[in-house]
Amino acid sequence: MSSITGIFSKEEAVQEKIHEPKPYSNPYLVGIGLGLVLLAAFVIMGRGLGASGAFSSLVATGVQQVAPEHAANNPYFKEYVGDGSTNPLKDWLVFEVLGVFVGGLISGLLAHRVKKRVEKGDRISVRNRLIFAFIGGGLMGFGAKLARGCTSGQALTGGALLNLGSWAFMMMVFAGAYAMAYFMRRQWT
Amino acid sequence: MNAPFFKFDMFSADFSLVIAFAIGIGFGFALERGGFGNARILASQFYFTDMRVLKVMFSAIVTAMLGVFFFVAFGWLDLSLVYYTDTNLIPQVVGGLILGVGFVVGGYCPGTSCVSAATGRIDGVIYLLGVIAGIFVFGEIFPLIEGFYYSSNMGRVFLPDYLGLSYGMIVFLVVLMAVGAFAAAEWGERKMAIKKSGGVK
Repeated sequence: MSSITGIFSKEEAVQEKIHEPKPYSNPYLVGIGLGLVLLAAFVIMGRGLGASGAFSSLVATGVQQVAPEHAANNPYFKEYVGDGSTNPLKDWLVFEVLGVFVGGLISGLLAHRVKKRVEKGDRISVRNRLIFAFIGGGLMGFGAKLARGCTSGQALTGGALLNLGSWAFMMMVFAGAYAMAYFMRRQWT
Repeated sequence: MNAPFFKFDMFSADFSLVIAFAIGIGFGFALERGGFGNARILASQFYFTDMRVLKVMFSAIVTAMLGVFFFVAFGWLDLSLVYYTDTNLIPQVVGGLILGVGFVVGGYCPGTSCVSAATGRIDGVIYLLGVIAGIFVFGEIFPLIEGFYYSSNMGRVFLPDYLGLSYGMIVFLVVLMAVGAFAAAEWGERKMAIKKSGGVK
């Protein structure tokens, strides 16, 4: 109604305010919260967090479904699908990542931040942004497999456990991203 | 207290999946609170305008690291039963570089893209499809790069052992480094804000 008349009633104005996305939380408090979740994983399970591993299980399962012979002969997929006696999706990381989707959605709903949109800077088209998203995801998937984990499994988890490889990895992630940032500036700034 | 609980058979493997889901919810909730479902916030780390990525990551690492350190010191947690990957230095360095480039090109990392997709971001969904494609390609060419993948294996390397310093000293140095990085981040953000507003304070 207000969009037609251009006049907001007091009630509508209040309504608008309620549904406005809330600002993001204090990063240090979020970090402490995230650290406690990670600590809980160490204490309860004896392992840390992860993300890319769940997608490896998903991909391996997909390959197995389409071409079972091929999956069994590939040394990398074989490790995820096993000998066929267990379901590769009945995996710790797969369930953890399902939780990440749900937890993100709950937090987003509580703060009115769930909205269908594309995140990008002003100087790039939606189409190009989506192409870059796909390429970036592809690099990330490949790189994470080579590094034996991504930001969650290596940087966060291995970082807190003082794993040498994880710290080397983390420094390189920042190095790679800062080196590439200049060439990607039109996408973000 | 005998931790990790799972390693002392306090619950079944099936129940561990319930725990996985619950821990995942905490993880996803924290990432969204931090603004990590939004690629623009993540990317701004690399243009020095918003250093949230660094602040959240390092305060999380420091929190978990201190927790583990004290639990080990109290004899509550057996660190040898906590899983972490071997160090394969060269593949991990190369993988890290590729991942860093992918971060600024795609705008997310795998975990944050799940939150992004869950909160309605189309770019997050497309990014996830990219991740799946990247893993598929990796798996397909794995026989060709298997030698490189397993190269420079150093086994399980604990930084204090590697550097010949005590566990407590390394923990102290990491805390010191994090505090320094936080101070630098706050200072940098103020500088960038002044620059953006045309030099007017």
